[in-house]
Amino acid sequence: MFQFKQTHINFMSKRHLWMAMSVILVILSIVALATRGLNFGIDFTGGTVVEVHYDKVVPLSKVRESLHAHGFKDAQATNIGTAQDVMIRVAPKLHEDRSKIGDQVLSVLQASAGGQVVLRKVEFVGPVVGKELRQDGSLALLYTMIAILVYVAFRFEYRLAIGAVIASMHDIIVTLGVFAITQYEFNLTVLAALLALLGYSLNDTIVVYDRIRENFRRMRKGSPVEVVNTAVNQTLSRTVMTSLTVVLVLLSLFFLGGSVIHNFSVALLVGVVFGTYSSVYIASSLALLLGISKADLMPVKKGEVDDRP
Amino acid sequence: MNRYPLWKYLLIVAVIAVGLLYALPNLYGEDPAIQISHRDTPVSAALGGEIGTVLDKDHIRYKRIEHEGDTYLVRFYDTEQQLKAIEPLKTALGSRYVVAVNLAPATPKWLRDLSAQPMYLGLDLRGGVHFLLQIDMGAAVEQVLDRDETGMRRFLMAQQIRYTEVSRDKEALYIRFPDATQRDKAETALGTEYTDLTFSPVQRDGVPALAVHMSAAALAETQRYAMEQNITTLRNRVNELGVSEPVIQQQGKDRIVVELPGVQDTARAKDILGATAGLEFRLVSQQGNAANVERTGNLPPNTRLFHERNGSPILLQRHVILTGDYVVNAASGFAQQSNSPAVFITLNAEGAHLMSDATRNNVGRMMAVVYIESKPVTHMVAGKKVVSHQKSEEVINVARIQEQLGKRFQITGLDSPQQARNLSLLLRAGSLAAPMTIIEERTVGPSLGKENIQQGFNSAVIGFLLVVLFMAVYYRIFGLVANLALIANVVLIVAVMSMIQATLTLPGIAGITLTVGMAVDANVLIFERIREELRNGNTPQASIHAGYERAFGTIADSNITTLIAAVMLFAFGSGPVKGFAVTLSIGIVTSMFTAIMGTRAVINLVYGRRRVKSLAI
Repeated sequence: MFQFKQTHINFMSKRHLWMAMSVILVILSIVALATRGLNFGIDFTGGTVVEVHYDKVVPLSKVRESLHAHGFKDAQATNIGTAQDVMIRVAPKLHEDRSKIGDQVLSVLQASAGGQVVLRKVEFVGPVVGKELRQDGSLALLYTMIAILVYVAFRFEYRLAIGAVIASMHDIIVTLGVFAITQYEFNLTVLAALLALLGYSLNDTIVVYDRIRENFRRMRKGSPVEVVNTAVNQTLSRTVMTSLTVVLVLLSLFFLGGSVIHNFSVALLVGVVFGTYSSVYIASSLALLLGISKADLMPVKKGEVDDRP
Repeated sequence: MNRYPLWKYLLIVAVIAVGLLYALPNLYGEDPAIQISHRDTPVSAALGGEIGTVLDKDHIRYKRIEHEGDTYLVRFYDTEQQLKAIEPLKTALGSRYVVAVNLAPATPKWLRDLSAQPMYLGLDLRGGVHFLLQIDMGAAVEQVLDRDETGMRRFLMAQQIRYTEVSRDKEALYIRFPDATQRDKAETALGTEYTDLTFSPVQRDGVPALAVHMSAAALAETQRYAMEQNITTLRNRVNELGVSEPVIQQQGKDRIVVELPGVQDTARAKDILGATAGLEFRLVSQQGNAANVERTGNLPPNTRLFHERNGSPILLQRHVILTGDYVVNAASGFAQQSNSPAVFITLNAEGAHLMSDATRNNVGRMMAVVYIESKPVTHMVAGKKVVSHQKSEEVINVARIQEQLGKRFQITGLDSPQQARNLSLLLRAGSLAAPMTIIEERTVGPSLGKENIQQGFNSAVIGFLLVVLFMAVYYRIFGLVANLALIANVVLIVAVMSMIQATLTLPGIAGITLTVGMAVDANVLIFERIREELRNGNTPQASIHAGYERAFGTIADSNITTLIAAVMLFAFGSGPVKGFAVTLSIGIVTSMFTAIMGTRAVINLVYGRRRVKSLAI
């Protein structure tokens, strides 16, 4: 049957090139984030979003007109999916009873619509909640990084821990960069996707590290570069296979999952591609850069038999 | 080599059997149903017959009537019959009952007896409204300080301590004194009397003053009380909406989540959540006969006609002794002497004053508690919706005044501890302890909910099938074994989520699907390692053995790091992030079990105990 042949690609010979490439990618992403920023969804910004379905096509200009005539000067109307589905966004106002805006928008549309209007979704989020969420989200990310740093340092070695965390941050920053460039909406489910990505990317990196550790212990000769190269080659078929199955699932979610999980799957697709690349190149290159050597990973005599099934 | 002890097989079979059992309820779907409950007390057994008669009279076909705990549930064959049944039931049962439309899980009884229930579907999948309400805790604290201010003024006067002025800001009261001696005297005296306040000497506008704060314990208590009371109030109000399975939960220190599945009219829901309610204490009139007054309409002077909960008329004095605004606390319990159910009421200083004045000369007379609620009612006038506020007044309790009443008194003469509990709840829940504002609202229409389920389910199934196909083609027999594990994994995830009654949302479905994609990782690691061992020239049996042994450490490390990430997400995330973290962690744990122990068991069965020349991998 078909399967991967054992590869002997000299990945590490080009590690400086790829590292430079990643540094450029990260810088580009940060620049994009700084200049364009993320297109935050209502979860983060606050405001009101009303999604309605008309039974026939109604021109957006007409929808806007009637909204403006009823005091919603800042309301934006856009089509989503079909010409009959309209999404209306109203920025959070400081005065009035904000929670009633959704109902008001809906009644304006019902009164002046050129057709039957069916409510699909109303979302109102106060500005405070969004701000807290941004803080909670970043804090969750930060704490997760620290916890992982500690765990990997404890189970492996501090240099590998730093490598793993930097590699995952690389994936997340680049994914954020893609969202900044494309201006895809960044909402709560995308945040969840980023955090899942963190888990996935780490998973990948740990598998490679595990093999590096094993090879340092088993291979009698060979420079660190050779040892790492062998490890990356040995785990390559697994890395590619797992990424493929995950990508298959994500493609299915992307094409069939509907609008709510659309951006979720975009974030993960981008992240998985970069995550796979970074676990091959960045994580292991970083370990070499930080000067990992055979002596660092030799087993402490006692604690070796504790991980048998 | 490559043999499992019997107990491991038994364990795997047992876990999967239990998993199947608890995942099963999700297959049965739901019946359209109507849920009937009494506003205050558990429904009586006789009600079932009454419901049956009403439905039979109108020729409405129903599946069956179930008596469950505090409520009755009528199941129907279709929504048409269900919708037809609402009005007749409402008319027949009257306003004391809540008649709510419901989708009841059609889980068979033997499964329900094992407390096997389907997963709870999130609002994004079933449609409905979600509110997040913020309590203004500052206002709750202000209220308490306001109350104490009056008391402290009186106390200082009684103690003959001179003060010049009392002022306040958001969190503290400031009492100014003519000199430091008076202040120190006041500090000692007030400190012993008001133990839940803290007093600290300060200079205020150049004169000696005392800053009065609530102690940390009192502050926490006030906030806890405000939270509890607001939740109780909301529960009562949500009852009005006739929603089945509402969710009313505390979130954080000062927020409440209200979820109303199936509710479409959000404007009405919002109005009712913001409804106002209050209490009045009035003396029962000694003139006239209430039944006669109701018939003739001739009111004796200074009286008003009210109705009790059971509908019988009662004549009360026009003069209101006291309103619920003066009630500080109400607790239910048992009266000391008679050991009968009672409600213990605490009034604030002003209320105590009014009460003792009113009851001094009225010992032996009857006093009534009137519950007033103002709720919006929508009428259709000439095709347009018109909202007016309807005030409903009900006498919820009548009791004899045994003695002159003051700050603390008790109401006895209640039928049951249940009734006492309800009365105390109403006394407290009449109004909110602190104002609330809606800070988040999400409404999902029913059509969108259905669409979300359909799309989420389809994409999940197709993603799953793609992975299964891929594994079978690439790893052959071993791939098939991995697929068995994958199926078992999904069953276990669904089972665990049903058991802990986790809420399934759309991102949750995506999470489960993603877990499936990632769960094969363990098997890929093992199988690739087996191939590697074979390439290195090891025998098939030795390769299987080494593959599992060697891959285990890697799988454990990588899964534990992911698990750490998931736990952190759960701890610090909120909303959908939390839901996602739950499915992710469950998925990691179950996949470890199925992908390592499960596949090993099957592979041992297939390849163990015999000489094998080659492996289909």
